[in-house]
Amino acid sequence: MPAAVVHVSGLTKRYGKTTAVSEVELEVLDGEIFGLIGPNGAGKTTTMECIEGLRVPDAGRVSVLGLDPVRDVTAVQRRIGIQLQEAQLQKRIKVREALALWSSVYGTRDDGTRLLEQLGLAGKADAWFMTLSGGQKQRLFIALALIHDPELVFLDELTTGLDPQARRAIWDLVRGIRDRGKTVLLTTHLMEEAERLCDRVAIIDHGRIVDIDSPLGLVRRHCPERTLMIETADTNAVDALARVAGVETVTREGANVVVRARSVDVMTGVIQCLADQRIAVTDFRTFVPNLEDVFLKLTGHSVRQ
Amino acid sequence: MSVINPRGLLALTWLEIKIFVREPLGVFGSVFVPVFMFVIISRTFGSSLTRNPAGDRGLVGADLVVFGALLLAISAVLSLVTIIAIYRESGILKRLRATPLRPLTILSAHVLVKVLFTVTTLVISLSLGRRYFAADIPIPWVPFTIATIISMLSILSLGFVLASVAPTARFAQPIGTIILYPMIGISGLFVPLAKMPAPLQFIAHLTPASYGVSLMRGAWRGDAWLSHTGDLLGLAIFAAIFTALSVRWFRWE
Repeated sequence: MPAAVVHVSGLTKRYGKTTAVSEVELEVLDGEIFGLIGPNGAGKTTTMECIEGLRVPDAGRVSVLGLDPVRDVTAVQRRIGIQLQEAQLQKRIKVREALALWSSVYGTRDDGTRLLEQLGLAGKADAWFMTLSGGQKQRLFIALALIHDPELVFLDELTTGLDPQARRAIWDLVRGIRDRGKTVLLTTHLMEEAERLCDRVAIIDHGRIVDIDSPLGLVRRHCPERTLMIETADTNAVDALARVAGVETVTREGANVVVRARSVDVMTGVIQCLADQRIAVTDFRTFVPNLEDVFLKLTGHSVRQ
Repeated sequence: MSVINPRGLLALTWLEIKIFVREPLGVFGSVFVPVFMFVIISRTFGSSLTRNPAGDRGLVGADLVVFGALLLAISAVLSLVTIIAIYRESGILKRLRATPLRPLTILSAHVLVKVLFTVTTLVISLSLGRRYFAADIPIPWVPFTIATIISMLSILSLGFVLASVAPTARFAQPIGTIILYPMIGISGLFVPLAKMPAPLQFIAHLTPASYGVSLMRGAWRGDAWLSHTGDLLGLAIFAAIFTALSVRWFRWE
């Protein structure tokens, strides 16, 4: 198992009387994309900013690359790259100037030309920040987070407000960061994003971690049930399928027979039954629960609220 | 690791200068307009300028120059208060802070930009206005510029307190205007401090502007710095108190 690059235990942060984050425990492993997922206001950003050293926790321990992000803030800042939620730059700063400032601050020689090309911003190098589109601004912030080749990259809600096409392009970029051996810690309230991008996710709700695992692992653990929609005209299908071991309910809904089962193990039995009984099938669909369903099940409310 | 990152300070200061120059009214409002006003006023009153403001000649004496410098300093402070409030509100401060640039470096860059523009404006104003001054007036360039910068820095520390407590950028400018400009009225420029009613005198002594005016007058007159130890001390105490308060109250987001 890879070593943990971020280690958080008992992290608690209060704003006045509200507790934003309570007793958070998590580890981010070297080389993975780790996602903090939950609705807006769940405590994702607060947790992340405590790890980045931008906020001082009220209780708990945080270690980043073996350092204390509050005490060793400068050392930590040099080795991590940060993209903040809803950040802005000076209206009239040029893209090229922002990169030059960042590289001088971090003491790197990279002027960011290659990054701009990779991010499709080469043509915008002399544009003022205020003239960039939402997607271009996000890509610039990703470039700024990567300019000093950090070991660990923080991305906070990086595709919020982007159209689906821009979103997909950014997902590819993030996978590219991991493929170059970096570790990524991101937050998102988009379950699809978490499912497609993250190796492991922590579900966070009302400031507490509800569960941590790979998206698939979470679905298997919390939503093992499967629904099969079998399109068939065979009138014996309902009775035959009801006898398959593990099947919960079988109902006919129009042209379809709907089979509900408690676990994935039922699949083989159903296929076997269809073959044995020579049931003519014109369509066969399985509905697999996703992170959205896991979230609903674990928290009792939708992530969208 | 030192608190100020020299490379970052230089890079950020240069960048902020360029950005300020790109603002539609930036240089026009902060350099051109004040220079123009100073030249017009010098043309009208410059001939009655003397080196000795101690008389009862009111504003139209050496105080014309002191008044101009104080106005420059205060509008620079006001502009900085507004910039800081805008930068905070739009998340620029937070983004800059999430780098090895430490807070002190970020704010120092802004102070440096303002000092540079103020000195530039002051020097251009005096260079263009002096031809209307009475012929026997030598201009104490270095001491007067230094006195202006010292006064400005002390007032600036109050500006940082205002920037810390202003809830939004929309409030920053009016709050700054209401607090900063009236200081000029009781700074001793229009009515000598000694002739003010006692309560007003007391309040005047609680503002950095009164010490700043005394220091700048002295510098213009060619006084020795040592004879203005009280003014320097007053300005230093204000700077210390207000800086401590803004360190406590300053918000980055």
